[in-house]
Amino acid sequence: MSDVIEARLRVAYPGFSLDTELRLPGRGVTALFGASGSGKTTWLRCVAGLERGCRGVLQVGGETWQDDGRGLFVPAHRRPLGYVFQDARLFEHLDVRGNLLYGFKRVAAAQRRVGLEQAVELLGLGALLERRPAHLSGGERQRVGIARALLSAPRVLLMDEPLAALDHRRKQDILPYLERLHDELDIPVLYVSHAPDEVARLADHLVVLEAGRVIASGPLQDTLARLDLSLALDADAGVVVEGRAGAHDADYGLLRLELPGALHLKVAHDAMAPGRPLRCRVLARDVSLSLEEPRDTSILNRLPVRVVDEAPAEQPAHVLVRLDAAGTPLLARITRYSRDRLEVHPGKALWAQVKAVAVLA
Amino acid sequence: MPLSAADLTAIRLTLELATLTTLLLLLLGMPLAWWLARTRSRLKGVVGAVVALPLVLPPTVIGFYLLLSMGPNGAIGGLTQALGLGTLPFSFAGLVVGSLVYSLPFVVQPLQNAFEAVGDGPLEAAATLRASPWDRFFSVVLPLARPGVVTAAILGFAHTVGEFGVVLMIGGNIPGKTRVVSVQLFDHVEAMEYAQAHWLAGGMLLFSFLILLALYGRRQHRPRWS
Amino acid sequence: MSRRLLSLLALASAFATAQGVRADDVQVAVAANFTAPMQAIAEGFQKKTGHTVVAAYGATGQFYAQIQNGAPFEVFLSADDTTPAKLEQEGKTVAGSRFTYAIGTLALWSAKPGYVDDKGDVLKKGGFQHLSIANPKTAPYGLAATQVMDKLGLTQALAGKLVEGQNITQAYQFVSTGNAELGFVALSQIYKDGKVTDGSAWIVPSSLHEPIRQDAVILDKGKDNKAAQALVDYLKSPEATALIERFGYAH
Repeated sequence: MSDVIEARLRVAYPGFSLDTELRLPGRGVTALFGASGSGKTTWLRCVAGLERGCRGVLQVGGETWQDDGRGLFVPAHRRPLGYVFQDARLFEHLDVRGNLLYGFKRVAAAQRRVGLEQAVELLGLGALLERRPAHLSGGERQRVGIARALLSAPRVLLMDEPLAALDHRRKQDILPYLERLHDELDIPVLYVSHAPDEVARLADHLVVLEAGRVIASGPLQDTLARLDLSLALDADAGVVVEGRAGAHDADYGLLRLELPGALHLKVAHDAMAPGRPLRCRVLARDVSLSLEEPRDTSILNRLPVRVVDEAPAEQPAHVLVRLDAAGTPLLARITRYSRDRLEVHPGKALWAQVKAVAVLA
Repeated sequence: MPLSAADLTAIRLTLELATLTTLLLLLLGMPLAWWLARTRSRLKGVVGAVVALPLVLPPTVIGFYLLLSMGPNGAIGGLTQALGLGTLPFSFAGLVVGSLVYSLPFVVQPLQNAFEAVGDGPLEAAATLRASPWDRFFSVVLPLARPGVVTAAILGFAHTVGEFGVVLMIGGNIPGKTRVVSVQLFDHVEAMEYAQAHWLAGGMLLFSFLILLALYGRRQHRPRWS
Repeated sequence: MSRRLLSLLALASAFATAQGVRADDVQVAVAANFTAPMQAIAEGFQKKTGHTVVAAYGATGQFYAQIQNGAPFEVFLSADDTTPAKLEQEGKTVAGSRFTYAIGTLALWSAKPGYVDDKGDVLKKGGFQHLSIANPKTAPYGLAATQVMDKLGLTQALAGKLVEGQNITQAYQFVSTGNAELGFVALSQIYKDGKVTDGSAWIVPSSLHEPIRQDAVILDKGKDNKAAQALVDYLKSPEATALIERFGYAH
């Protein structure tokens, strides 16, 4: 399989070191998640060939970009990649069109994959082409940055916290564009972020970095449900639930999310084409447990689950419990007191009440 | 006409000298300023200090050492003679060399500042968009540093026009060849030809004022993005 | 820095003089070419009279402008005879005080031994690229040099080879650094204790040019200073004239 990214990259600076060995899928969105200072941006810069001190081996889609053992280093401008910077880094002396065409003009016509019209349409830039970057909002700058990167015919798209500098509303404006990229273009994306909601919404594959080391790498759903990692996520510990859209109750505005094993959740959402994949996020703190199916409750979603295992939470009064709902992983954060009262142990059958479900996308 | 033919010859010569010096300094100063702006070498401090020396040395001192080194017994003189060029003092070429040294910091420092202000950001962005190092310099750095380049050119030109001590020391006061305005002005004063001196001095004053006005006026209208 | 300090001191003591605190100081503006003899003279003058010379050395044209604008000089030793005459006409001097303190001697000099013959025939033979002279418009030695070339009928032949120093010091520098093979300089620049110190020289006969008179004058500001008059008297004394001649001047 040549569509694979293999990276063994090391950086050693005074007070910081990065030592990673990763094999990543050559399609979909791979999120690199970690706290600030965990080395995720440095890793991304290594892939782009921007980090001077980086050593190791890097192969992308069967092409070797760096192999210090063989004295091989392909400089950044010869690597067919697109890079979206946190601060956009538009060329202030060029208008939006000039920025978009900068990389486009430097790629041989035969190698171009995305046309100007397509990029402009995809990111909604039609009205901005004659503007200078100084007259763009933060969100608009990022969209131009993304389109500019796409137009340079990248074989892989690197995105370094493209939403970090934006406020909540602008983020919500841009996320749909990123999802369209995911759906409409077959370009693998390496996406650096420290925001769990972005990762949950966009990623297919998750890499978790801590202090320059890889502590997890795997498909999103499995990785998010791992208890040993949940600690790193603190209050944001939770899982992504993947299902398909089902029937819609127009009276109450509720959509059925069909899950494996004939289970379902009801979520507040508009009607969707039945069978369309849908992602939801369920936080551990929004899941409670009971021995019997609770019927007299305002909580809509109740699922039969089996306990997989448990781990301490960030607060000593709490524990995190990993659950399995007919193949769908869930996490519940409960008090140690309740754990003992319910006699929670691996294999035990319980009911999970899900207080809140956030639809992603 | 209050200006004599000799005055006009001196003015023409001065403008030629300043134009040529400015062009050469931009050409030579750019790689030097670029290196100074980007290098992490320990030599940076030393080179930066050498470039700045003409700012602190009295021009006559610079001129005297140029006279020594460009003379038949000096290092530069030895080189130019070996190349069959003769020696440089008392020639227009010699004045150009002297002016290059004298005005060097006035061109290199604004360029260096402008290059430093461009920073890594746009360069890295351009690299990820397939631009080679040369390409990056011409398509990103130069346009972004343009206000600094214009400042460097104006300062280099104006400073060369105002040059006196160096020319005095290495020129030999030859009409049409090395007798520039400032020397001509000094001649008038020494010869107590105050009327002619006033006209030349007034002209230089006006010229300098206009140049500085162009410089500072432009700064106020600088576009937002710089 | 130290020069600025010196002139500050000079200025400060000038004020002191004006207030009569140190009546035995005399402020003197001295032509730069007369620096070395003046230092020796000041020493002898102090020994003999107890008065102190406070000297500023510089270009005659600049001194003229400064005196015009109220500089505190009391005695002026010019590099020429026209500037003191001009000051006298303008009423800036003590009437009748003007006199010639030295007559400059012109020399054709090269830093290379044996280059200049003792008759100056090298001028006719040519074979050099640059002949250095002082600016004839502003420096008396430069004017004298052009008169010599005229007299020898060489003006045309040498025109393309002339390089001008702004003053006689610079004319000397062009030659001493080897940039000009030879040049007309002041004998005082290359002469000590009765002989040429280095290189080769032709001492130009005074018949080939107008005398290079260096005149001195007592300025307005010095009219009540006894030390000013004493300095002028001393300059005329046999002791001083002998000293001046040792530095390559006629008298």
